[in-house]
Amino acid sequence: MKYSDYYAALGVERGASQDEIKKAYRRLAQKYHPDVSKEPDAEARFKEIAEAWQTLKDPAKRAAYDELGKRPQGEEFRPPPDWTRQHAGGEGQFAFEDMDFADLFSRFGSRRGGGGPFAGEAGGMPGQDFEIPVEIALEDAFRGTTLELQLQMPEYDESGRLRRVPRTVKARIAPGAVDGQRLRLPGKGGKGFHGGRDGDLYLDITLKPHPLYRATDHDLYVDLPLATWEAALGASVEVPTLAGAVSLKVPAGTTSGRKLRLSGRGLPKPQGGAGDLFAVAQIVVPSQLSERERELYESLRQASGTNPRSHFAEHA
Amino acid sequence: MSVETEVLWLDERRVVSLEELVQVSGLTRAELLELVHCGALPVREERGASYFFAAQTISVARTASRLRDELELDVTGLGVALRLLERVRGLEEEITRLRALLPRS
Repeated sequence: MKYSDYYAALGVERGASQDEIKKAYRRLAQKYHPDVSKEPDAEARFKEIAEAWQTLKDPAKRAAYDELGKRPQGEEFRPPPDWTRQHAGGEGQFAFEDMDFADLFSRFGSRRGGGGPFAGEAGGMPGQDFEIPVEIALEDAFRGTTLELQLQMPEYDESGRLRRVPRTVKARIAPGAVDGQRLRLPGKGGKGFHGGRDGDLYLDITLKPHPLYRATDHDLYVDLPLATWEAALGASVEVPTLAGAVSLKVPAGTTSGRKLRLSGRGLPKPQGGAGDLFAVAQIVVPSQLSERERELYESLRQASGTNPRSHFAEHA
Repeated sequence: MSVETEVLWLDERRVVSLEELVQVSGLTRAELLELVHCGALPVREERGASYFFAAQTISVARTASRLRDELELDVTGLGVALRLLERVRGLEEEITRLRALLPRS
């Protein structure tokens, strides 16, 4: 396992008082708690901070941690046999190669009070819940998909040894997931122990950015570039949708930014029906004109009575 | 070998009881009721003395449970935090919707 420097995680000296440790935890927890923080590394940072706090807030755990001595962060490490015997029920309780440093301290004190790790727990120890972010493509949200998740779950074996075991969970996601959708997989979290129920697995879905479409809930938006004459005169144009291209009638006099709705062409809704696809008109002006085009635009300028800035005079 | 597993959507289609919320959120019945009474957890249906919630309330209640455990908030603080998080979520949705209207280039 790799050593974690809990004092460094909280930004305090090794000799810090319990009050200083508590204040440091509170300050950092408010900054990095993933439910409230927008810091890019909030989740990973909070995990380090919470892990450090769980050990250093308990004077007995802190003393045991201090006994391990100061080591470089991330150094490969195995607790001395004496330490394991004294604090955590002996080496036989651990499969060190399959453990995180945090697992060591979650088992800490199993000898205190005696009777095994979950002595006194009515109905056994429930398994841990896990919440993991999952990113899926817009096409998968549209058609549905099966996720195959490779997870490392902490589990106790029959002799009560804690280890991380690889698990594969297959989850069929029906069509219609949207950004922010949460899913619950009952009993697919950590294993319960001594008759406790298995934990749950929660999936937080986000949609990968798409080169064409922008999704908001079940509606989709796509830019619709139009030539000036298509916008002015109207046109029938082909628009891509997730189910294939469709023909869209662009009304004459379409202005830039106008939303043209293709009903039911967005993402399907789990309860039936579907969101809409909005084609947002973008009028494209050629950056270079041929001689003939220039002549035609000059003719249009002379013939047209349009003043796009007429409202300036009204309000100036 | 892996077996395809049951997937429950945490959305408005499914309702969960107060007891189920207690079981999966880590909050106590008393804490959940207090959050209901201060308006931080919307009730979908009341059947007699029993409360039922839309399934997405599970996510809200689990957030409350984490905030209680990890930021040491009391129920009053949780109520305020949940309301503010809901406002932030609504504003973020509005920003996403407005950004979707903007041309890509």
